[in-house]
Amino acid sequence: MKCTVCREPAIIDLRRHNANFCVPHFTKFCRDQVQRAIDEHEMLRPGERALVAVSGGKDSLAVWDLLLDLGVEADGLYVGLGIGSYSDVSHEYAEAYAASRGARLRVVDLVERYGYDIPTGARAARRAPCSACGMSKRHVFDRVALEEGYDVLVTGHNLDDEAAVLFGNVLRWQTEYLGRQRPVLEARDGFPRKVKPLVRLSERETAAYCIVSGIEYQVEECPMAVGNKHLGYKEALNAIEVQSPGTKADFYAGFLRRAASRFEAEAEAERETLGSCAVCGSPTPGEVCAFCRLVERAGGTPGPVPVELGRRSTP
Amino acid sequence: MKVHLRNPSRTVEVAGPALVSVVLDRLGVNRESVLVVRNGTIVPGDQRLEDDDEVEVRPVISGGAA
Repeated sequence: MKCTVCREPAIIDLRRHNANFCVPHFTKFCRDQVQRAIDEHEMLRPGERALVAVSGGKDSLAVWDLLLDLGVEADGLYVGLGIGSYSDVSHEYAEAYAASRGARLRVVDLVERYGYDIPTGARAARRAPCSACGMSKRHVFDRVALEEGYDVLVTGHNLDDEAAVLFGNVLRWQTEYLGRQRPVLEARDGFPRKVKPLVRLSERETAAYCIVSGIEYQVEECPMAVGNKHLGYKEALNAIEVQSPGTKADFYAGFLRRAASRFEAEAEAERETLGSCAVCGSPTPGEVCAFCRLVERAGGTPGPVPVELGRRSTP
Repeated sequence: MKVHLRNPSRTVEVAGPALVSVVLDRLGVNRESVLVVRNGTIVPGDQRLEDDDEVEVRPVISGGAA
């Protein structure tokens, strides 16, 4: 198999693009896709400070690396979830990457700051672990981005993530969710601006990018994600993709082009119901937000907590 | 050849030589969901693996969509 661009030996075939790439041209392909996503959706403007939500996995480290290479001023934020050795190892990968690039990694540990971990929080709130985890991370990411004055919060959601979420939302016709499934969510009261620069890259591509770039990442799946319905949606979509390459990209891009705007009214109606949490001030449709309720049930300490600057790592 | 798989972590023997795509088919693994890695390098689907090779079938699907 030869590289479509230079005819040197290829290391990866991308059937949806009908292309094969060698290492240098695959790296260029990834950078071009991220730049194109940024330009198409006006994700970042020159001089803006970005905060990257970093898990230690392939997607968040890839997006951080790609943004740094594109010249974006980007710090990382790792949230310690307290999921045993899985969290410890993930944290080590995030720290090692930050050190290799001389980048700043901020760290908020849920146990240290709020007095609970994800397993305890999920049990106490009677939520699925992935639900408790996602909600906790979103709360911390939003607060740190706002309190520390970042212009934009960057997440590593890739094409597979977005296609799987879209698939799930369509299966249940969750129209308010469909109305806010965008690669850019503008800032509004209590929420930072959020962008997803990896929406044009599949997770096979982000994993390959990390391998060819020498970025070591947490390969193991989170032990609490077993049975996660999004994993099932991804497997279903990949079963279609292998038969019909390009289906996932067409599904997601077609939604953005031709359907997303039809659901904006539902999303807007939901936004208008939001007030401020009586405990922490975050946006919520109730008196106390879901995060503060979870922390309280788990025996922790909810409310605003100052975030210390992470150390700047040296290469 | 020795093939290392994850989730759960295990090692299986597959007879070689065989193309990467054939090995994945024999293991019942969707090629969209993995990368095959040998000595830290990605091996494309049309490459032949020898009987004494040792490769990792690395899953690329992660559940962090919440």
